[in-house]
Amino acid sequence: MDTETQLFTVSIYTENNVGLLNRISAIFQRRKINIESINSSISEIDGVSRWSIVVAVSETQMRKIIGQIEKQVEVIKAYYHDDEETIYQESCLFKIKSDLLFEDRQIQNIIKESHARIVTVNREFFVLEKSGRKEEVELLYRELKPFGIMQFVRSGRISVTKEELKVTPILEAFHA
Amino acid sequence: MEVKTIQNEQTTTSTTERITGSEAVVKCLLAEGVSIIYGYPGGAIMPVYDELYKYQDKLHHVLTRHEQGATHAAQGYARISGKVGVAIATSGPGATNLITGIADAQIDSTPMVCITGQVGSHLLGSDAFQETDIVGISTPVTKWNHQITKASEIPEVLAKAFYIAKSGRPGPVLIDITKDAQFEAFDFEYKKCTAIRSYIPVPPVDDSAIVAAAKLINEAKKPMIVWGQGVVLGEAEKELTAVIEKANIPSAWTILGASAIPTSHPLNIGMVGMHGNYAPNVLTNQCDVLIAIGMRFDDRVTGNLATYAKQAKVIHFEIDPSEIDKNVKADVAVLGNAKESLEKILPYLKRNEHPEWRQQFQDLYDIEFKKVINNDLNPTKEGLTMGEVLKEINIHSKGNAALVSDVGQHQMVACRYAEFNVTKSNITSGGLGTMGFALPAAIGAKMAAPDRDVVAIIGDGGYQMTIQELGTIFQTQVPVKIVVLNNDFLGMVRQWQELFFDRRYASTELVNPDFVTIAKGYHIEAKRVTKREELAASIEAMFAHEGAYFLEVCVEKEGNVFPMIPTGASVSEVRLE
Repeated sequence: MDTETQLFTVSIYTENNVGLLNRISAIFQRRKINIESINSSISEIDGVSRWSIVVAVSETQMRKIIGQIEKQVEVIKAYYHDDEETIYQESCLFKIKSDLLFEDRQIQNIIKESHARIVTVNREFFVLEKSGRKEEVELLYRELKPFGIMQFVRSGRISVTKEELKVTPILEAFHA
Repeated sequence: MEVKTIQNEQTTTSTTERITGSEAVVKCLLAEGVSIIYGYPGGAIMPVYDELYKYQDKLHHVLTRHEQGATHAAQGYARISGKVGVAIATSGPGATNLITGIADAQIDSTPMVCITGQVGSHLLGSDAFQETDIVGISTPVTKWNHQITKASEIPEVLAKAFYIAKSGRPGPVLIDITKDAQFEAFDFEYKKCTAIRSYIPVPPVDDSAIVAAAKLINEAKKPMIVWGQGVVLGEAEKELTAVIEKANIPSAWTILGASAIPTSHPLNIGMVGMHGNYAPNVLTNQCDVLIAIGMRFDDRVTGNLATYAKQAKVIHFEIDPSEIDKNVKADVAVLGNAKESLEKILPYLKRNEHPEWRQQFQDLYDIEFKKVINNDLNPTKEGLTMGEVLKEINIHSKGNAALVSDVGQHQMVACRYAEFNVTKSNITSGGLGTMGFALPAAIGAKMAAPDRDVVAIIGDGGYQMTIQELGTIFQTQVPVKIVVLNNDFLGMVRQWQELFFDRRYASTELVNPDFVTIAKGYHIEAKRVTKREELAASIEAMFAHEGAYFLEVCVEKEGNVFPMIPTGASVSEVRLE
């Protein structure tokens, strides 16, 4: 059995019900697995939620966890993929003092080269937004850190898979 | 004070009527064919109790003495009848007291619906009196749960609750209903739930898996079956019998699979696992094809997984896809319910005899008989054994009683030595190992099967965990037979202390009360046996007595249960002494 830990993105299609977050996170908690990031949103199917959960586990463990997730009554389907099999993005916001933007040329270059976007500017601070892979976001963080970051926040990973996820046929089969 | 037997047929109301949420709860239960529920009233569930009062000739409510007792009684009811057991309690402590029974039902796949009252919806989250987040608390131990804050949700949610509890791999469901939803009036209409789009209770049987499994079984020289509760829950007893008889496959069972096939059947080779029989444990590591049917390779069954049946091809018949490859890798997985799968595989199986292979089981049984069984059942030394008590029970039940055991040494002895002719006769807490299970579970079992003898076999430790349910027995006059095997110890823990902790008996010795006096305090006929000469007559008297009966048997204090697979050892390293 493999015991090597790797990063997986779990994609879950569920009904949109109160309490399901608790039920799904309990599956990880019970096995003492730390969730790296979690995101829940609407999906391409009306009334169906899509979750992206990133965890570092072995593939054997991952398969068993997917089984436990799918077993939940309100889960329609669950999948897991490694980084190669998905296209994923994270998003982050930096709040930085405005005087730096005008006084320091270097910071302007960093913003330009990183393809970050200025969301708002006022007399006290400006807000920078950057979407991309985790490494890109982290690089920008490291570059801006020496100038002083007032606030920083990064979203959980959202991802789509390269393979087709056949969730609609499952639901169509039910209604047929 | 008589236990009413009410038969409620399942119905669907097509007309709409304006009623309160609490009356709707009762009407939903009636529509689901429920005739007995177990519970305990309190503030947040009082509107429902008020309706129960009005409907008492249609729906019998049994007042237990503790909410945990209500869940175990509902479990006992469910396990012997195959129907959904129902427990009801108030909010806060009433609800949290249900949790042990719910967790037990979850791990043992018992269909149960629990209904709890909740504070008014405007008070949710305010730390109101007797408010607790029971949906949050029960989430990890329920198959499904839901909170209702509007009366109009009641019919649909309760219909779903019963459907989910019973379908597929059964389990407990908890429905929490706020007090305002109980009072609210709405237009009631009930429709049974028959499907939920995100839920596939029974995966379809794949015919190619059936063919692959049949090929492995037909080619096997040393096949062995281990069946579990999936056979009982799936009502596949006949189909299993047909399969094992056609191919002459020695067949063993897990603790919860017991009684699916009569113990007297020549191909029934006994129990597997930590205190199971010698032959099926040892030969698990010699068979060439291991056929697991409706069982989940629990660690108490497999011992050390690294050395479990490594030489064998494994076929796993299973309703729950998440069990496949969870503990033991399956070479062929046959998803689906056991009844359908076994019915489908039967025509593909060749007739077979396996005489030499079967003889190996007989030879090992003879060793176990000489070293263990004979000493347990026919002891010559002083001190009553638990085994001889079981032997006497078998003589008087003729194998037709349902045995409800608690947890510990007496449970292992009961499961090892009980004779069963009838399925759904072994009711015990397997997965969770809940001490205190048996007394209330026996109450529920007897109410569900009033025509059968129901004998609770309990240790002196577990008995005192739910001893207050004697009050329920007295009040309802339910004629259960209670046998307490008293060794003044928490016997199983003491056995481990003896074997693995150099006899340091930390907190396992019990200074017990006079159990006979306690039973008599509840006006239950009671007797104590201390001598071998009195045993047979006492058990005969217990069976002959019409009402409830309490029998305390003082057994040897430091008896041990063997065979035993020590933790971490392989099944083939099972010890006989």
